[in-house]
Amino acid sequence: MIEFRQVSKTYPDGTAAVEDFSLTVPSHTTTVLLGSSGCGKTTLLRMVNRMVEPTAGSVRIDDVDVATVRPVALRRSIGYVMQNSGLMPHRRVVEDIATVPRLNGVPRAEARRRAMELMEVVGLDPQLARRHPGQLSGGQQQRVGVARALADDPNILLMDEPFGAVDPLVRLELQRELRRLQDDLRKTIVFVTHDIDEALALGDQIVVLRPGGRTAQVGTPRELVEAPADDFVSRFLGLGEGRRKLRAAPRPGGGQVVTDDAGRPLGVLDDADGGPSADAGE
Amino acid sequence: MEWILENLPHILELTLDHLLLSAPAVLAAFLLSLPLGRLAVRLPRLREPLVGGIGLLYAIPSLPLFIVLPLILGTSIREPLNAVVALTLFGLALMVRSAADAFGSVEEDVRLAAVAVGHSAGGRFLTVELPLAGPALLAGLRVVSVSTISLVSVSAVLGVTSLGSLFTDGFERGIVAAIVAGIVTTAALALVLDLLLVALGRVLMPWRRPVPRRSASRSAEKGAA
Amino acid sequence: MTPLLEALDWVLTADSWTGPGGLGVRAGEHLLYSLLAVGLSALVALPAGLLIGHTGRGRGIAVVSTGVTRALPTLGVITLVALAAGIGLTAPMVAFIVLAVPSILAGAYSGVEAVDPQIVDAARAQGMSPVQVLLGVEVPLGMRLILGGVRLATLQVVATATLAAYVGAGGLGRPLFLGLRNYDYAMMLGASIVVILLAVVLDALFALGQRLLARRPGTA
Repeated sequence: MIEFRQVSKTYPDGTAAVEDFSLTVPSHTTTVLLGSSGCGKTTLLRMVNRMVEPTAGSVRIDDVDVATVRPVALRRSIGYVMQNSGLMPHRRVVEDIATVPRLNGVPRAEARRRAMELMEVVGLDPQLARRHPGQLSGGQQQRVGVARALADDPNILLMDEPFGAVDPLVRLELQRELRRLQDDLRKTIVFVTHDIDEALALGDQIVVLRPGGRTAQVGTPRELVEAPADDFVSRFLGLGEGRRKLRAAPRPGGGQVVTDDAGRPLGVLDDADGGPSADAGE
Repeated sequence: MEWILENLPHILELTLDHLLLSAPAVLAAFLLSLPLGRLAVRLPRLREPLVGGIGLLYAIPSLPLFIVLPLILGTSIREPLNAVVALTLFGLALMVRSAADAFGSVEEDVRLAAVAVGHSAGGRFLTVELPLAGPALLAGLRVVSVSTISLVSVSAVLGVTSLGSLFTDGFERGIVAAIVAGIVTTAALALVLDLLLVALGRVLMPWRRPVPRRSASRSAEKGAA
Repeated sequence: MTPLLEALDWVLTADSWTGPGGLGVRAGEHLLYSLLAVGLSALVALPAGLLIGHTGRGRGIAVVSTGVTRALPTLGVITLVALAAGIGLTAPMVAFIVLAVPSILAGAYSGVEAVDPQIVDAARAQGMSPVQVLLGVEVPLGMRLILGGVRLATLQVVATATLAAYVGAGGLGRPLFLGLRNYDYAMMLGASIVVILLAVVLDALFALGQRLLARRPGTA
């Protein structure tokens, strides 16, 4: 469990990135910090592994204030995935994935063996192990980034717009894979994004942020869509202008065709399992 | 101090000699680097041989070059022309790369826009490319000016008269003040010329804004102000 | 072209190379001075430059010192220190170091600065300590520029080492100044050619080293 207790971050020039923010991130779930740029979401994420120190308040992991843990040791115990993969251009894929285990003193051969396993876990061809990141596609690079973050089996995974720089099709694929991974691994994930669809697709809990790192609403994806707290959230989710309005019409072969507001088909709703868990709209 | 005051006219005379050796070399290096640098951008395949080849000159130690050059020029070692040519070559070694980079940084879009507007090749060079490459050219020119002025002194050991003569005379006659005066005057001359070049740049390129410093990696939120 | 032929004749004669004052000994001295000066300078300037690049602190001082030393006439520094410290190697050594330190310093900090900040950020986020970030990421990725600084310093020192003989030390400047005093153009020319060859070969070696490094992926 990660707790933000009334944290603030004010830079020396007086700009406040985050003000009096509190949140509990339950273990083994995915919490998405959702907001446009400048809302302080990355700052909040980086407070967890002390890449940013709050100017007030504290961040606690399982009731231990992170400020009492050495930053280097803390970061080695937490996985971190960033937007442009942040892979080391001078290292081979397998070496890069093995970084944290090596930093934690795992022998080279053992670290490599684990790295190879992880490549399979994240769906990478083991033949890519000897490549350098410059020789990989954007999607492959992000997979390597995820594998590297998971390499020493951390309990917590911090993801900073990890799929923001890849093209939309690959992004959907990566999101699906992350969900599959999370079903198996049950990590505590904090995920930062400005993409509403991504937040709805991945979050167990979503935190909508206003500029200046203030919370607009916290809830499950469904709660947000069903009962947006105010205009800001409603507009942010695109509920106001009909972007999320769906219509259903009977289909000759049975079931119903779901269309968006403009009448473009999105999927088919079966009569049998036409409940709220249907994946229409993805 | 006393020595300096007594020899002030002599020092001024040497300063003028120094300037007469370095200024033509800097100017020649600058003017020659313009077509060469532009050519390197125009013909990318020529770039490395041209820029790299001329850059090799910089690897040649100055004193030996002063001695070898008369073989080619037919001058004598002590002739000012010999020193000016040698200094021009060193200046060129630095300046051609700067010029190639400067012209290379003029964006292709701008170049094409200038063509579309209907500039002739010559007009385009003078009215669009040269001004846009100006700030980078000026930066290169300043480096060449400072290093040429400090380089001139070396020729004094061969008997070419310049502020460097204060070092050789001072050393042989054991006058510390002469050497100090030489160092200070050389540095001052370099500084004055540098300030003149900056001022000239301000006059010729009033649109120039200081280049923003690389933003610090500290800022945590991407895209935040 | 007779002077050139005479000079080449002098350079290629075995007698010129042997003996206590021969070209062999002089070239050895020349190299030794240069390596010593660059080595001593690197000992100070490399760590300092890397630190400046890593922390971003002290950059202003480094930039100014590079500019100032560029304006300093080497001959002035050598003769001044020689008057103070006497004839010998001390004066040229001081001048060489004054010359070499800023180049190495500038190469080191600009090499580290040129590394993509996002990669450095990622390295920190993985839990690398500052030393690990510097040695494992910033130095290997900035190696081409770091080496470029050492290359420039070596070039400057090898060139300036010719002046060491002017204040009574050895090196290839000895036959050069000897020839100058005796109006022996062939000897001056021969010595000059050897210095030029030495400098060009050293520079080519550095160029080769840098090229090999540049082929490694990701090097800035």
